[in-house]
Amino acid sequence: MTPETTFVPGHILVAPILIPLVAGALMLFYDDRHRQIKLGIGLAALAALFLVSIELIVRVKGAAEDNGTLVGTYLMGDWPVPIGIVLVLDRLSAMMVMLSTLLAIPSLIYAAAGWQGKGQHYHSMFQFLLAGVNGAFLTGDLFNLFVFFEVMLAASYGLMLHGSGVDRIKQGIHYIGINLAASLLFLLGAGLVYGTTGTLNMADISRVVPGLDGAQRQLFHAAAAFLGIAFLTKAAIWPLCFWLPPTYAAASPPAAASFAIMTKVGLYVILRLSTLIFGEDAGASAGFGGPALILGGIATIAYGTFGVLGAQGVATKGGHMALISSGTVLTATGIAVIGGGQQILTGALYYLIGSTIAVGAYFLLAETVARDEKEHSDDDDDGREPEPDYIADRWAPMMGTVEDEAAPAIGRTGSWTAIGISFAVLAVIIAGLPPFPGFIGKFAMLSGAIRDNAQVTGMIPAVIWAYAGVLIVSGFAVLIAMMRIGIRRFWASETPAPRILALEIVPVVLILAMIALQTVKSGAVLSYTEDTASALLTPSVYRDAVLSAPVVGPHEGMEQ
Amino acid sequence: MELILALAIGVMVGSGVWLILRPRTFQVIIGLCLLAYGVNMFIFSMGRLYVGAAPIMPRGGFVDPTAYADPLPQALVLTAIVISFATTALFLVVMIAARGATGTDHVDGKERDQ
Repeated sequence: MTPETTFVPGHILVAPILIPLVAGALMLFYDDRHRQIKLGIGLAALAALFLVSIELIVRVKGAAEDNGTLVGTYLMGDWPVPIGIVLVLDRLSAMMVMLSTLLAIPSLIYAAAGWQGKGQHYHSMFQFLLAGVNGAFLTGDLFNLFVFFEVMLAASYGLMLHGSGVDRIKQGIHYIGINLAASLLFLLGAGLVYGTTGTLNMADISRVVPGLDGAQRQLFHAAAAFLGIAFLTKAAIWPLCFWLPPTYAAASPPAAASFAIMTKVGLYVILRLSTLIFGEDAGASAGFGGPALILGGIATIAYGTFGVLGAQGVATKGGHMALISSGTVLTATGIAVIGGGQQILTGALYYLIGSTIAVGAYFLLAETVARDEKEHSDDDDDGREPEPDYIADRWAPMMGTVEDEAAPAIGRTGSWTAIGISFAVLAVIIAGLPPFPGFIGKFAMLSGAIRDNAQVTGMIPAVIWAYAGVLIVSGFAVLIAMMRIGIRRFWASETPAPRILALEIVPVVLILAMIALQTVKSGAVLSYTEDTASALLTPSVYRDAVLSAPVVGPHEGMEQ
Repeated sequence: MELILALAIGVMVGSGVWLILRPRTFQVIIGLCLLAYGVNMFIFSMGRLYVGAAPIMPRGGFVDPTAYADPLPQALVLTAIVISFATTALFLVVMIAARGATGTDHVDGKERDQ
């Protein structure tokens, strides 16, 4: 037996996957009528996840004194590293697990205001989505990443279709179709990576890559490109992003809010793999894909900018805001990969936290803001849908759906003014005006990039200028778009204020409080992301820690 | 053997890509199935091609690894088959729902001239 002190700390690493998985499975024992029990289990699981992610961050920061980086590993089944699957916790993955939990809590509270009753198994699918997302953040194995991607996607298909209706089914076909195709590209890429490097462990791949010979290297680059297309489809880079705005607009608001983390899973993998495998010490492969990320990222921001101004519908605009957020981080990643310095990555990670939860809050607000805008949508929860939802009605008895027509848990109505104020604050946050994280993040990125490059070469490369330009213009466009919605809905509105439940405002206020906290604690968050960025740009830290991960159990026992 | 396998993968992926670009949901799902077959065979071939070699070594002692097939791609392909089968089945259900909801089997939910 191993002593408890070295054994227990490892197990907390698998908790972010196990907690939602067990909670989601537990809920299946209850009928859909016991929705409050399911909600209770879900909230308890999220509370546990929140505590675990705090603990993970504390542990990752714990070794800040000794050289600034700690990489925790957890060997599945105690198989030694390149052979078995390994879970890896470093600063980036701890941050992302925290982010997914922070977004999940408001989204689940919002679902309790009524959306949980619009179909079956909302809570289970929500937990499975979290399990997939957290697994993707923690795994250190390429094929295991594929499996967690599929867990996440399978749950997201269900969540996307939650509530049914013609609109959702039509968009669902596009969403599922494009994701299935992207998954096949993922498989092609993973297979080719195994064929060229002989391993699927990310750290091991990055060890092997510098030594590849010419022909193998070209095949490996092809594999990386396949994988890149799969991840960038998820992260919605420009030519692969047309599915996102209509899908997120068609999904129910709490589902759309939790989908905001899914584009970030694609971003996370791009960040992780391009810095790990194509970092400075990758030999002839260093910087591979960087230019594509920069061009695609800038195009994504531009497309999102036009979309925010041009698209109709409050929620569709939100989809384009998600694109802008995605493009911003992708471009910064590309610049960092081709050697643009650590500062830009620091700012980008800071921006990522704030913009993800802000876009999530926007989706939660979008439906309430658009509610009752069309006169015939009084009895329909979805203001965008012109037709009555006859499909769900027809199928409901067949599928045993329990509709929640009665008022939800807390029937207390909230005030339209609170919605208006939250919307205005959110506009300032997403547009990136001071003092909120959007501004601080963009400022940190741009000033850092200018400082880093001016020190090295004495001049600022054109790509930084282009980046600065689109960032500022996109922020301005978001501000105009949100002001137009605000004026139409809150100042010059002719329709009486719709009935708003307090439970629909609470999650938005919660997110705004988180963003306020991030603003106040900017120094601490920025120093965390700075260490994260420096660890990402020093891939040897991650690689050495994973490859030397100690086997826990008594090894001789395995022979028998 | 390499040529036959490569041709088979190429034909399946080529047909699959053509089919998923077609406007009918039935064509799209058949296309996705063909693509999945092509991809699965591709993964399988990434472990190199062996004839009559077992993937699992007998217990005890060192044996010549060149006499055995690489077991990992076989495990990967099994996972990939299960996952793509399940998601394709789910896609099929959504397609049937879309057919009932929109009255057409066009992927956009409406005919082009509507």
